[in-house]
Amino acid sequence: MQWDWGAVADFMPHFWDGLLVTLQALALGSVISFVLGLVWALLMRAPSRFVRWPVGAVTEFIRNTPLLVQLFFLFYVLPEWNITFSALTTGVVAIGLHYSTYTMQVYRAGIEAVPVGQWEAATALNLPPRRTWTAVILPQAVRRVVPALGNYVIAMLKDTPMLMAITVLDMLGEARLFAQQNFQFTEPLTVIGVAFILISYLASVLLRALERRLVR
Amino acid sequence: MTSGLWELVLQGIWVTVQLLVLSALVATAVSFVVGVARTHRLWIVRFLAGFYTEVFRGTSALIMIFWVFFVLPPAFGWQLVPMWAGTLALGLTYGAYGAEIVRGALGAVDPAQREGGIALSFTPWQRMRLILLPQAVPEMIPPFSNLLVELLKGTALVSVMGMGDLAFSGNLVRLALQESAEIYTYILLIYFVIAFLLTRVMRGLERQLKAGVGKAPRKTGTPPRRAPEGADAVKVGGGA
Repeated sequence: MQWDWGAVADFMPHFWDGLLVTLQALALGSVISFVLGLVWALLMRAPSRFVRWPVGAVTEFIRNTPLLVQLFFLFYVLPEWNITFSALTTGVVAIGLHYSTYTMQVYRAGIEAVPVGQWEAATALNLPPRRTWTAVILPQAVRRVVPALGNYVIAMLKDTPMLMAITVLDMLGEARLFAQQNFQFTEPLTVIGVAFILISYLASVLLRALERRLVR
Repeated sequence: MTSGLWELVLQGIWVTVQLLVLSALVATAVSFVVGVARTHRLWIVRFLAGFYTEVFRGTSALIMIFWVFFVLPPAFGWQLVPMWAGTLALGLTYGAYGAEIVRGALGAVDPAQREGGIALSFTPWQRMRLILLPQAVPEMIPPFSNLLVELLKGTALVSVMGMGDLAFSGNLVRLALQESAEIYTYILLIYFVIAFLLTRVMRGLERQLKAGVGKAPRKTGTPPRRAPEGADAVKVGGGA
């Protein structure tokens, strides 16, 4: 096995470009999944089953089908309907949508974990439903679920390489491009592999620190 | 869609199912070996098993697949058939997630059971085989069921390497028809049906295993058990 440090040095500029795209996709994907997941979770508590049932079915479907095929779907089908996004935007939307079906369950667990007494107190104080949610229930529920949401950010990080399949030049995309141009596969692929391990390890350390701060 | 194209999709389903079964077998073997090793009394064995889980849970499944396809061949001078390369990459990655499930479930067995085994002077291996595993395995089934669905979703990744699985056959049909909404809807539906069948089978398996250790749901009067740690502690969701 021959290892060429020169190839590593040549790859590094591309690596930083790729890292930037990966982190962008991760940040935007997280925001979409956090917001949309909360929307799903609230819709699942709607009084009418004509809201609950379709939302449940759609999210179950998205959760149980591969993200890769969903990426292809959005990337190839949306232009047929005359909706054109850049590849990165499509990827961000797909990741955010896919993971919102996971975060939705996290929020649900958080909302259910708020003690019944809090609901009763809100009723006793004659708070309108809107204020019950925004001032009483959600602040307590969201605080509880931040660590679980963080786990899904790490999971999302590990799914960003899939964006390569729809021509986004994230870390894996850059590595593949470099490998094909220079016929050196070992170095770039190993560099990004190690980078992923380091980033997800750092992220989990940060998360544990955050968890200690919040759960007190 | 013509019948020829449907045949392509059928072949894709067959490849996906083969890959799913093989990599599930590898992943199960890995998760039990590594998960049990994490409870070993020698620290070096525990450390190595922990290192394995951290590394393989830290990388993305897609990068592992690239690695097995492109880095292993020049490094060792041999190349795996695509099916085995895919099986290896998926089995090792998802096995690391499974190892956490096994560890969590073993840790959730009542400590008195282990102590009972020591009191009866069972060897560590007998304790594991006769006392701990029979009680831990039924608790592992629900998280394993989730992991199996994640693995099914992960099998789609091999299409990036040009293996003719279900996702790849979808791409071929799209190129043939120059029309994508229909075929990708079918492909997503097929994946959904497979995932649905898998969860059903696993639920049946859970019921049977629980009945085997006297924890059948119809029996009443038994004290409520603690939820297994593995059920929540495992951060599934990655890799697919």
